[in-house]
Amino acid sequence: MKLLKSLLAATAVAAVCIAAPAQAETKRIALVVKALGIGFFEAAAKGAEEAAKELGDVEIIYTGPTDTTAEGQIEVINALIAQKVDAIAISANDQDALVPSLKKAMDRGITVVSWDSGVAPEGRQLHLNPSSNPLIGNMIIKLAADHLPDGGDVAVLSASATATNQNIWIEEMNKVKDNYPGINVVATVYGDDLADKSYREAQGLMQTYPDLKAIIAPTSVGIVAAAQAVSDAEKAGQVNVTGLGLPSEMAGHIESGASKSFAIWNPIDLGYSATVLAYNLATGAAEAAPGAEIPMGRMGTLTLDENSEGAMADPFVYDSSNIDDFKDIF
Amino acid sequence: MIRLLFKSREMILGAAILVLVAAIASRFPAFVAPSNLANVFNDTAPLIILALGQMVVILTRCIDLSVAANLALTGMAVAMLNTVMPGLPVPLILLVALCLGAFMGLINGLLVWKLDIPPIVVTLGTMTIFRGIIFVISGGEWINAHEMSDTFKAFPRAVMFGLPVLSWIAIAVAAGFVVLVGRTPLGRAFFAVGGNPHAAVYTGIDVGRTQCAAYVLSGALAGLTGYLWVARYAVAYVDIAAGFELEVVAACVIGGISIAGGIGSVGGALLGALFLGIVKNALPVIHISPFWQLAISGSAIIIAVAFNATSSRAKGRVILKKAEHAL
Repeated sequence: MKLLKSLLAATAVAAVCIAAPAQAETKRIALVVKALGIGFFEAAAKGAEEAAKELGDVEIIYTGPTDTTAEGQIEVINALIAQKVDAIAISANDQDALVPSLKKAMDRGITVVSWDSGVAPEGRQLHLNPSSNPLIGNMIIKLAADHLPDGGDVAVLSASATATNQNIWIEEMNKVKDNYPGINVVATVYGDDLADKSYREAQGLMQTYPDLKAIIAPTSVGIVAAAQAVSDAEKAGQVNVTGLGLPSEMAGHIESGASKSFAIWNPIDLGYSATVLAYNLATGAAEAAPGAEIPMGRMGTLTLDENSEGAMADPFVYDSSNIDDFKDIF
Repeated sequence: MIRLLFKSREMILGAAILVLVAAIASRFPAFVAPSNLANVFNDTAPLIILALGQMVVILTRCIDLSVAANLALTGMAVAMLNTVMPGLPVPLILLVALCLGAFMGLINGLLVWKLDIPPIVVTLGTMTIFRGIIFVISGGEWINAHEMSDTFKAFPRAVMFGLPVLSWIAIAVAAGFVVLVGRTPLGRAFFAVGGNPHAAVYTGIDVGRTQCAAYVLSGALAGLTGYLWVARYAVAYVDIAAGFELEVVAACVIGGISIAGGIGSVGGALLGALFLGIVKNALPVIHISPFWQLAISGSAIIIAVAFNATSSRAKGRVILKKAEHAL
């Protein structure tokens, strides 16, 4: 029986390989999100549909629990196993709690990849990070440098002095700052992710460094507060606030000119890449293993590290040209 | 005699503030530019308004830990109201904010008055409840700058006679409190209830009702500040002003308002808030490591409180002596 099955499978694969352009059986890929009704994930679903259209023989099942719990996702996964989908691409509510049910799915031959928020390595074949620390560190200083052709003083407004992710990004930024000659990082201050403290710190920066040209805030609270402080000081256009923020929160400040551009991962690209990756694994076109390079359509290839994790791309840049398309999404 | 001591206490705090400003100016001269001092005052205005409200609560031997949560909830509510009805005039928004805040204060007051629950427990509870309600009504979403109407955002920063409206509101509230505390029966009742609740009952003052009134006042001011805060920072989300209640209590304590009730003054609360405001605004510009900044603000509070503790003890003795003489 087992022999027969694998024989059948082998012939099926062979058939697909030989008759590649011919319409094979439609692959059903489930995009499981943290919770339904969140703009970010709705956008990811849009990307997944885009991938499905491009790949042709893919049906997307966009699903998730109604609240962000691991229990809800486990139920969803069990239902998907019962429906015998071909692949599950999940943004997990809990790194470990989902492992048993995802293992069960893999045992039944379902391809499992995680994206955005990862699952422990034993519960998935690969994990797609939206970006990587070095890419983010480079992006935040690049954003400032792009608008300063003649160089100038820039300062960093972080969250709390002990925030791990912020510190790593700033460290990565400092590693590459020599690639941006003329850009002078004069200070790093901490707004503790409080709107009022961040506002005050931004005011302090403008007072202390009258020649300040840009404030880099790799935190969504800080970037909004700094942009407000800059507009209130009537320095929009003079001091550019940039960093990492969400389009819905930054739209007003892009419009006022306090911020020329900022970055964050693009959920559409993320949903697109996760779908293409799941498809490539499910069809056997690629194998997930440490060091593997897996194509993900228009987003290039994903290179996996020793934990079978990979980074999709640079954070996506938002400015006045595209903010209106994204501000209602997330 | 007591009045004189109060006066001198505020003089000492005032002198401490001057020394502080001089020390800051020696490191960063631009700090004492009049425009910057006006900025500092404006930045401290919310703290001043809340500290005054907190003062009357503390005077009656209570404490209101829910002010920051009240502020955040009212702020979120008016911001949401503004997104639904962008045409709503600002005076109406102010009225809504005041009423909503007063209503939340009333809940605190009634729980303390009618159910006799210790104030710290009541307000710790309502603090969490208010924060929870913000999450429920907003769904955890932010209200952002571009979603608020321009008139809504412009009100606190509109400049009148050289100062923004936000500063003028703080000044008006402080003036109102001088009258309320010094010239009205309710103001005297606050002191009587905190100074000696049993004696207050004998003079015909309803202790519970007075405490409730103090909470309503504090709540209304928190509500007012809620709108001003959200409009000024042009953003409303669940965690705005997180931990701010402690700063408000600290301002009161630094200003010489006794946690044991019955002692305090408007000038003290005002100076206490200004002291903290100056420290907060100076730290970012005088190049001190952020880790030291925390330690410095903490020490400033402890020193001020220690100073107050010793001086209020001395005052207690003086009052007794005087009472003996009187007998």
